[in-house]
Amino acid sequence: MRRVLPPLTGLAMLAALVLVFLLVPTEADMGIVQRIFYFHVSSAWVAFLGFFLVAGASAVYLWNGAPTADRLAYAGAEVGVVFCTLVLVTGPIWARPIWGVWWTWDPRLTMTVVLWAIYSSYLMLRAFGGGDAAIARYAAVLGIVGVLDIPLIVVSVRLLRGIHPAVITRTQGGTGLADPWMRAGLLVSALALILLAAWLVDLRVRGAQLEDEVAALRREMDARRGEVA
Amino acid sequence: MRDALAILAKDLRIEWRTREGISSVFVLGVLLVVVLTMAHDPSPETAPTLAPGVLWAAFVLTGMLGVQRGFLLERENDCLAGLLGAPVDPAAIYAGKLAANVVLLAVMQAVVVPLVGLFLHVDLAARLPALLLVCLLGNVGFASLATLFGALAARVRAREVMLPLLLLPLLVPLLIGAVQATRAVLVGGLAGASGGLGVLVAFDVIFGVAGWLLFAYVVRD
Amino acid sequence: MIGPPIRAERLARGFGGVRVLTGVDLTVAAGEVVVLLGPNGAGKTTLLRILALLLAPTGGRLVLFGTDATRAPAALRRRIGYAGHEISCYPDLSGAENLAFYAQLFGVAEPAARIARLLAWAGLDGAGRRPVRTYSRGMSQRLALARALLHEPDLLLLDEPFSGLDPDAVERLQQQLLELRAAGHSIVLATHDVDRAAPVASRIAILHRGRIAWAGDGRADDAAVIVAAYRTIVAERA
Repeated sequence: MRRVLPPLTGLAMLAALVLVFLLVPTEADMGIVQRIFYFHVSSAWVAFLGFFLVAGASAVYLWNGAPTADRLAYAGAEVGVVFCTLVLVTGPIWARPIWGVWWTWDPRLTMTVVLWAIYSSYLMLRAFGGGDAAIARYAAVLGIVGVLDIPLIVVSVRLLRGIHPAVITRTQGGTGLADPWMRAGLLVSALALILLAAWLVDLRVRGAQLEDEVAALRREMDARRGEVA
Repeated sequence: MRDALAILAKDLRIEWRTREGISSVFVLGVLLVVVLTMAHDPSPETAPTLAPGVLWAAFVLTGMLGVQRGFLLERENDCLAGLLGAPVDPAAIYAGKLAANVVLLAVMQAVVVPLVGLFLHVDLAARLPALLLVCLLGNVGFASLATLFGALAARVRAREVMLPLLLLPLLVPLLIGAVQATRAVLVGGLAGASGGLGVLVAFDVIFGVAGWLLFAYVVRD
Repeated sequence: MIGPPIRAERLARGFGGVRVLTGVDLTVAAGEVVVLLGPNGAGKTTLLRILALLLAPTGGRLVLFGTDATRAPAALRRRIGYAGHEISCYPDLSGAENLAFYAQLFGVAEPAARIARLLAWAGLDGAGRRPVRTYSRGMSQRLALARALLHEPDLLLLDEPFSGLDPDAVERLQQQLLELRAAGHSIVLATHDVDRAAPVASRIAILHRGRIAWAGDGRADDAAVIVAAYRTIVAERA
């Protein structure tokens, strides 16, 4: 699995680029800028996957205290925040020509920025809360509470005024993805980003594991040195 | 349950004796209402529309201070070790601290809400029962999350920054729900407030239960 | 729940990867006063907090009164009294109010009479209505001891009880500990202060580098050997 992830990610990326920039037709109303949508929406999906990974791994960590679960949760938050940032960057690039403003307090924008803030605060807690092992437990509590907040955020932001296109469901007057190439473009982009995210999570988990091993070795060296002296 | 009541009574007695929490929360609440109102520089016509936002922003910011204090109380002299060493369920400690926070915040609301009505020309008396309901639901929801994270933040480094950092984004649904419900109540009564009230009730239930279940992980070592 | 108050096997505990206890074996029988000697940083407080069920060990096994400590912690807590570095009493409440609060949590029967008796025993009957904030160091220490004894625990855990006390107060505390020993309480007392702790000990153990390095069997000449060994350790470190 570890061996095949990088080449698989590369292939999927290439396929996504070919699809989005060569094969998918240009959207009639919005023009060329609409092509950013394939990466924008895929990033949002990956961010959500990352945040659910945080919650799932956190619950497992509170249950059995396995260090791997804790590392998975941490990596999930890091990758989730990175892709959530991508959503927040690609969105305005599209919004400026289409809506005429970089930012609006539309429900989905509000939700994305709130989720970004929640999981950024998770990373802050881990980075600055102190090195104690208890931090992993506190972070797990936050990871679970964060995911419980998501449905509430989804419902509450609907109380705000919205103008976001509902592309897939067509409920709010969106145009939908009529062209099969467009659907393929979205699916392959999503696949490519999911593979990329999985690779990154794997790298971060292994990195964290190595860090812990190095720290343990260093402590053992210090202890032996102390006994000799 | 009995243990939770004992903890509540203990906290209220300390508060009654020192009045530290309530006076700091009182002064900060009044200040925030004044500052937020001035920052908007409202005309007499627009003033009432600002009331819900000013009210809840002042409530949340002031409330964080009050809740943080409640846990510094347990840190002094390591009283938390006394509580945890007793045969008490951590969930009962959560319930007791939650109740104490709700009482403290309710007293603060009793000052801040009339003040908002006065400054922003809102007739509160006409809508009092519905408004009380919104205030109570917002109070309980805020306190259930803030009690959990107040305990957590009290035990980490950089705790003064950590509590608002962790709490504010999680409170967004509560803030939206409370502001929308308050606005609807002030305009036309409970009927138009169902959306906001629904969010508040769901928030209270979800995080009340989550705090009850997760509190042990935050205080036990 | 019968069995020796403490049976600890290979107890270990780390903090963020730093191993404070590396494998503590310790058995305390009923009616024993075990003095746990150790220089600062030896892991005494960590060990006491584990024994008081305030801290979970990361390794090893702890059996209290014949019951595994991970089971029935509430029932075990009723039989344990712990007085840590800090007094665990609210400074804005009076001594009597603090005791009354803890009496509620421990479900003490007839709390008023019990509290009055304890305050008198601790020499605090005159100060019982004053806020704890106004207490001297010695008074605070005696209140902490009274708090730990409130529910008549079978096992008493004391962390540096002599620190900050003047000679009179030390003598008084030694007297009280001997009374408790005579009454059949088991006590584990952690300190770095050999001279003050030795007179009340029925057995002495040395905690060094996260393990029990030496433990006596309770004979007087044995205690002398251990005290000498401890002085050597401290001298080496200095």
